[in-house]
Amino acid sequence: MNTETLAPQYVRTMGAGPRVDYDVIAGFVTRGARVLDVGCGDGALLARLEELHGIDGRGIELSPQGVAQAVGRGLAVIQGDADRDLVNYGADTFDFVILSQTIQATHNPRIVLEHLLRIGRKVIVSVPNFGHWRIRLQFMLRGRMPVTKNLPYHWYDTPNIHFCTIRDFVELCDAVDAHIAEAVALNHYGQRIPFNAPWWFWNLFGEQGVFLLDRGRRTRKDQV
Amino acid sequence: MEDGEAMSAGTSTGRTREKPRGRARAAAPADPGGEANTPSSDVARFGTAAPLRLDCGVDFAPWQIAYQTYGELNAERSNAVLLCHALTGDQHAASVHPVTGKAGWWDILVGPGRPIDTDRFFVICANVLGGCMGTSGPASIDPATGRPYGLGFPVVTIRDMVRAQARLVDHLGIETLFAVAGGSMGGMQVLQWASDYPERVFAAIPIATAARHTTQNIAFHEVGRQAVMADPDWCGGDYHAAGKRPTKGLAVARMAAHITYLSEEAMHRKFGRKLQDRDSLTFGFDADFQVESYLRHQGMTFVERFDANSYLYLTRAMDYFDLAADHGGVLADAFKGTHTRFCMISFTSDWLFPTEANRDVVHALNAAGARVSFVEIETDKGHDSFLLDEPHLETAVRGFLDSAARVRGLDSKGTGR
Repeated sequence: MNTETLAPQYVRTMGAGPRVDYDVIAGFVTRGARVLDVGCGDGALLARLEELHGIDGRGIELSPQGVAQAVGRGLAVIQGDADRDLVNYGADTFDFVILSQTIQATHNPRIVLEHLLRIGRKVIVSVPNFGHWRIRLQFMLRGRMPVTKNLPYHWYDTPNIHFCTIRDFVELCDAVDAHIAEAVALNHYGQRIPFNAPWWFWNLFGEQGVFLLDRGRRTRKDQV
Repeated sequence: MEDGEAMSAGTSTGRTREKPRGRARAAAPADPGGEANTPSSDVARFGTAAPLRLDCGVDFAPWQIAYQTYGELNAERSNAVLLCHALTGDQHAASVHPVTGKAGWWDILVGPGRPIDTDRFFVICANVLGGCMGTSGPASIDPATGRPYGLGFPVVTIRDMVRAQARLVDHLGIETLFAVAGGSMGGMQVLQWASDYPERVFAAIPIATAARHTTQNIAFHEVGRQAVMADPDWCGGDYHAAGKRPTKGLAVARMAAHITYLSEEAMHRKFGRKLQDRDSLTFGFDADFQVESYLRHQGMTFVERFDANSYLYLTRAMDYFDLAADHGGVLADAFKGTHTRFCMISFTSDWLFPTEANRDVVHALNAAGARVSFVEIETDKGHDSFLLDEPHLETAVRGFLDSAARVRGLDSKGTGR
């Protein structure tokens, strides 16, 4: 897809590089699962998951162009807003809810994440890491808001209004009682950072983090 | 318009010049083109032994339904697509209209190679119950009296229309429709179909519609009906016997309704305050402005092809539509356990059936666990966008039907597995 011809608020909140997080996400999703992709863009990930795992996929996407393209490729996608529409979904409606590089574009990341944990039995979130060393370096040396290949927008026209680092996101998980079942950090080249590396290392060298979450102990206790 | 007349320069102000202004011609025939009783379309007739049970409690018989078909039914009878027309549409979705000579109202979407591909699908479109193009309606001759029913025709509902269509589908030997599609009042029928006959609808495309008619929409309809009934030529509904037709009242009803089908932006873009064939204001009540001339033209051409009583009955049917009320106030229950695939489409500038009304249906479908897509198309052309050349509309309908056809096992020629 040629992203250059599309408006800045279009589908992909991230740069035009290949979506290496998709491979990791696809690895988490199980065969035949019911999957909701929140901020699904043109439906590329859903299409891939349907093909790979025969999932029963649904999507929500804010941009009309994205929705038209996704529906045009035969996906069940709804024009909607993660900040506004998730409230309409019932608890445990999906096996997996995916928020792929979208959380930083939501108005209320915390509320969105809480809804995801309610709607899906498992939640997959990929976040661009604002703590990556390139970003830190740009900020330190140039004193300017960073613009990189993966974060191509200027501060004044970016759809990404809530950036966080991998560490910040882990903290949010704790705050909303999300249990991190699995976590993967990907470096600049889309390679996995060694599993046993400490958080600070991930936070510095991971360009993005992909998390598989489920409900934490406090929530599960409440539900009993 | 709701019948596919585009608001383009050529069809509005251009054409208006040749027409007498502001006066509907009194000599319009009682049965427009004779289509109400002797339709040029195919007709399925049901005798007194096969009455249609109506919501009002009447077992209506004899009755008939006029329809057009396009394409071929495959051997498995699995490629049928039913189109439901809007308030003032009819069965001529993709065929030349026998009264006006104009192209079908959904020519843009329906035809060989089009999104609703007649090389692949067997497309059916029937005139609705209560209509005036060959299906039983108030202009039909009551066999008991030998005269048109007029107000003696029972009040019908959207569900009654769908019941009649289901009988036609039975008559054609089709068990399951591959798809049901329609906009506005047609969209209401699509929702009713999916709710009443879930196992007979594989895919549904409700466009620019709602699960119920809003207060404001009922109010607009009431204005239209009062305009018809205020015309002395309406004769208490018995104008056929008096050899008259309430063309002025019906034209006014059409003019008022037509405004609701457009958007302010589109009207302004098209007409602005431009004057009609004159350089200055006339200080009179002639059609000084192009928009006046356009509306008068819309009113006049409408009465040539539409029955005034039919207009009363069909607007009433829309007013009565409330799918949630039929299911204890819970719209999701109307679609409980459905396996139908839905593609709902709305338009940003539609203020008659705004996106929110469409989205309510989507939420209910979601709550019912239905497989639903929802596309809101950005356009300034208002409610009538569903009849117009909207690339995103075509993309969505084509993509949705293609994928549904794959799941249904229909190949590109409409042959079943």
